[in-house]
Amino acid sequence: MCLGVPGKIVEIYEKGGLKMAKVDFGGIFREACLDYVPEAKTGDYCVIHVGFAISLLNEKEALETLDLLKQITDVEKEIGPG
Amino acid sequence: MKYVSEYRDAELVRGVIDEIRRTVTHPWTLMEICGGQTHAIVRHGLDQLLPPEIELVHGPGCPVCVTPLELIDKALVIASRPDVIFCSYGDMLRVPGSGRDLFSVKAQGGDVRVVYSPLDAVKIAQENPDKQVVFFAIGFETTAPPNVMSVLQAQRLGLKNYSILVSHVRVPPAINAILSSPSNRVQGFLLAGHVCAVMGYHEYPPLAETFNVPMVVTGFEPFDIVQGILQTVQLLEANKIEVGNAYSRAVTFEGNQAAQKTIQQVFMECDRKWRGIGTIPMSGWCLRPEFEAFNAEKRFDVDAITADESPLCIAGEILQGLKKPHQCPAFGTACAPEHPLGATMVSSEGACAAYYKYGRVLTTEHTEITKI
Ligand code: SF4
Repeated sequence: MCLGVPGKIVEIYEKGGLKMAKVDFGGIFREACLDYVPEAKTGDYCVIHVGFAISLLNEKEALETLDLLKQITDVEKEIGPG
Repeated sequence: MKYVSEYRDAELVRGVIDEIRRTVTHPWTLMEICGGQTHAIVRHGLDQLLPPEIELVHGPGCPVCVTPLELIDKALVIASRPDVIFCSYGDMLRVPGSGRDLFSVKAQGGDVRVVYSPLDAVKIAQENPDKQVVFFAIGFETTAPPNVMSVLQAQRLGLKNYSILVSHVRVPPAINAILSSPSNRVQGFLLAGHVCAVMGYHEYPPLAETFNVPMVVTGFEPFDIVQGILQTVQLLEANKIEVGNAYSRAVTFEGNQAAQKTIQQVFMECDRKWRGIGTIPMSGWCLRPEFEAFNAEKRFDVDAITADESPLCIAGEILQGLKKPHQCPAFGTACAPEHPLGATMVSSEGACAAYYKYGRVLTTEHTEITKI
């Protein structure tokens, strides 16, 4: 239940008074409710739980994390494994 | 796949593990709270790749596993009624109650349906006005926003035939209970990333300070998990008591405020019983009196049902990080996924099921990181 693979919002529409979206999980499409992430736009990535987006992914933070860790591995290549 | 493949890059994961190896000078015991993380750790063999100083113990964050026996018994009574359509996440169907499980109720003609989202259950209620539709609303903070939205949606639609059987638990009181125990061994916590995506992590600094235990918000991909471990070890080695965030692409300090507001509107805090652990004060949520009409326990008058756990199953100790699944005498023999004794052997997030599925202790082979 808690293994949330992020999905990409490909279409936003309204259904039964709720803001809904078609979400792409690497080629598998599911419907999700966007009421908790009202700022979401098409193209955004979000964490989905049991049919609800609970968080939008922050691309800047994502890139910074990866950069930081790439630096660790690069330093290690230079100095050899510890 | 964006936001997935880069976090499974074996070289990066190995790089972080090497950094952990360079950082560590003392033995440390860390607990990952979330069952989803337990599953990922065992699946990718991350625990076996860590330096021997670091021991990971598995926490209580598996919603199916901690749903108390008596609530399953209540679900079984409600689901057996001919006027009821009982909707649940698939994992719950095989969890043994005192006598049977939801599957056997279904086999005996009960209308038990697996749904992906609580909104599916609301739709079923709309389409079946002559039936009572009950949704088994279990989970931690992550499933609370969906579950409360189903109640609000049923209210908006004027549905009189929708109710939820609530078994909602929260992480901070569980951490408090684990750290208060005299037998506690946990020195650092990997906080559950998606619980924090909803709730933020402002509830944790007071706990970290009270018990002198650092905590780091951690995601679910192999790379996120080792990064969470690295940050926790760095804090421990530097003797810093802080709450860090190793999952900043999905989690902010404040969390999802729209979701928190809606939870507060529908739920209030209450005491909750945890399967195998017992009652933890104010550790869960239940419906506010204004939403009593949606309370399945009241609607079907099952309030009074109580039940006691099987004495064989040591899942309670496993969920508190005191024992590992293979230390249970029933593991893999009397208890296996096809005939589970406890809920931790049923749910894919349960520690016993993860150990069984990935052959822990049954083989001693070292898992290669190239399998990631
Ligand atoms: S192996 Fe089975 S009986 Fe033992 S603790 Fe796990 S679920 Fe309970």
